[in-house]
Amino acid sequence: MSVVALKKTAPPAKQATAEVLPLPVTARSGQWLRKSVSGFGAAVLPPLVVLFVLLAIWQIAFSGPNAGLPTPTKVWAESSELILDPFFVYGSQDIGLGWRVLTSLERVAYGFGLAAVAGVLMGALIGQSALMMRGFDPIFQVLRTVPPLAWLPISLAAFMDSRPSAIFVIFITAIWPIIINTAAGVRAIPQDYRNVAAVLRLNQIEFFWKIMVPSAAPYIFSGLRIGVGLSWLAIVAAEMLTGGVGIGFFIWDAWNSSRLTDIIVALIYIGVTGFVLDRLVGWIGSVVSRGTAT
Amino acid sequence: MTMAPTKYLHIDRVCKSFTNGSKVTEVLSDIRLTIDKGEFVSIIGHSGCGKSTLLNLIAGLTDVTTGALKLEGREVNAPGPERAVVFQNHSLLPWLSVYDNVKLAVTKVFSSTKSRAERHDWIMQNLDLVQMTHAADKRPGEISGGMRQRVGIARALSMEPKVLLLDEPFGALDALTRAHLQDAVMDIHARLGNTMIMITHDVDEAVLLADRIVMMTNGPAATIGEVLDVAIPRPRDRIALASHPDYVRARESVLRFLYERHRFVEAAE
Repeated sequence: MSVVALKKTAPPAKQATAEVLPLPVTARSGQWLRKSVSGFGAAVLPPLVVLFVLLAIWQIAFSGPNAGLPTPTKVWAESSELILDPFFVYGSQDIGLGWRVLTSLERVAYGFGLAAVAGVLMGALIGQSALMMRGFDPIFQVLRTVPPLAWLPISLAAFMDSRPSAIFVIFITAIWPIIINTAAGVRAIPQDYRNVAAVLRLNQIEFFWKIMVPSAAPYIFSGLRIGVGLSWLAIVAAEMLTGGVGIGFFIWDAWNSSRLTDIIVALIYIGVTGFVLDRLVGWIGSVVSRGTAT
Repeated sequence: MTMAPTKYLHIDRVCKSFTNGSKVTEVLSDIRLTIDKGEFVSIIGHSGCGKSTLLNLIAGLTDVTTGALKLEGREVNAPGPERAVVFQNHSLLPWLSVYDNVKLAVTKVFSSTKSRAERHDWIMQNLDLVQMTHAADKRPGEISGGMRQRVGIARALSMEPKVLLLDEPFGALDALTRAHLQDAVMDIHARLGNTMIMITHDVDEAVLLADRIVMMTNGPAATIGEVLDVAIPRPRDRIALASHPDYVRARESVLRFLYERHRFVEAAE
């Protein structure tokens, strides 16, 4: 791909040098263009080079006749349709990976949304009281290390239905860092702000919205950011039991029908989506907590 | 009992001790002080003598251990807007604009008695009192330390407090800014006639602003060592005062108290 792009841009550059010379204004805009192009290149080129090298190593490593994994070229040959058309619909169970990602995102939205609300409230409650902190913190520290898959049988037994259990698995995976970070943020509220609230006689609800949330916002959002990453990690575990059309179930299904190249494409979809989710929450956090950062 | 009407703020045999495990530290011992309505009282003492603790007791932010604290005959046992505090480090909320910081107080105190438009006028009036209307939309991080302290004063005044408590409000400011703010406080006191109690460690500030100077002995178990009346007529002008015999005498007796009779001994324990 990149080789083709280079060949295309080369001939017009020759023409440009002949015409642009006498005008200082265009020279300046040319400079600006060159700067932004070189800035873009500095940001995009290194990861592209690394990617290319990794793909090459992969290609060489699994080219042998007894290789267990498909090579990149084989992935492209067998599963290029999944990459090129994320939004095809051939039947209720045979749809593009874009649709599957969206289905999974909806599930994550429920689980993570519940975890965000419950986690912030719990964290606020625990952060407010040293006694509660002492009581709950060790338990949270133990529970947060339980892997998502381990919650599966418990939630199935509790809910006796796959849909709520899947959402519960996402919820329980994402909630711990949200609680722990919110509690830390609430504990870090300066005494000065508490004094102001006391003099104004703010009640609990006013204190929560006007002092606690804005003051702890940077902590809360770092918790939410870790939480959204974890909840996306839990999607495969969650969808192994729900079935349906999610990206997590797609992997499970592809494994059962030994379509390894499809799994590799799905992994890329999951990775890119997780990256976008992480950046999205980070961006919302930086917008919301602007001002408190100083 | 016949003196009851004049006892506006009455501090009666107040002691304060902090308990840390089995160790009890007495910080303030047997504080007796009566402050009249409209009076400006400065509390001065070496650092660590418990003057900020005394202010917190009056504010209700800390509970007294023994004794009683009464404002207009009613016992003080919780913080409230009728005893507004101007904090040492301004304590403005950094995520709110100057206007919204004052608005938070005004909305809370006057939500039932003033209409929205009246509250807006009241906020602007208080910002005008400290000459900060020009920065109403700025955030605390965008204005200078002196300006932040002005906004802190406006916020406290906007609660229409019975007693305004100032906890070393100008301690962190440079000398010129401090002088400006002292003038602003004197001007506000003259216009509104508030009862004000100010903690300070600056002798000139105490003499310039106060009707009475309360001098604290060194801790632990600090108490009021001496109370000095400053009978200099108002309005006071800092330049004319510099050579005023009453000013010089008052300044001298505070200095004598602080540096001769109750010299600060560091690491006394």
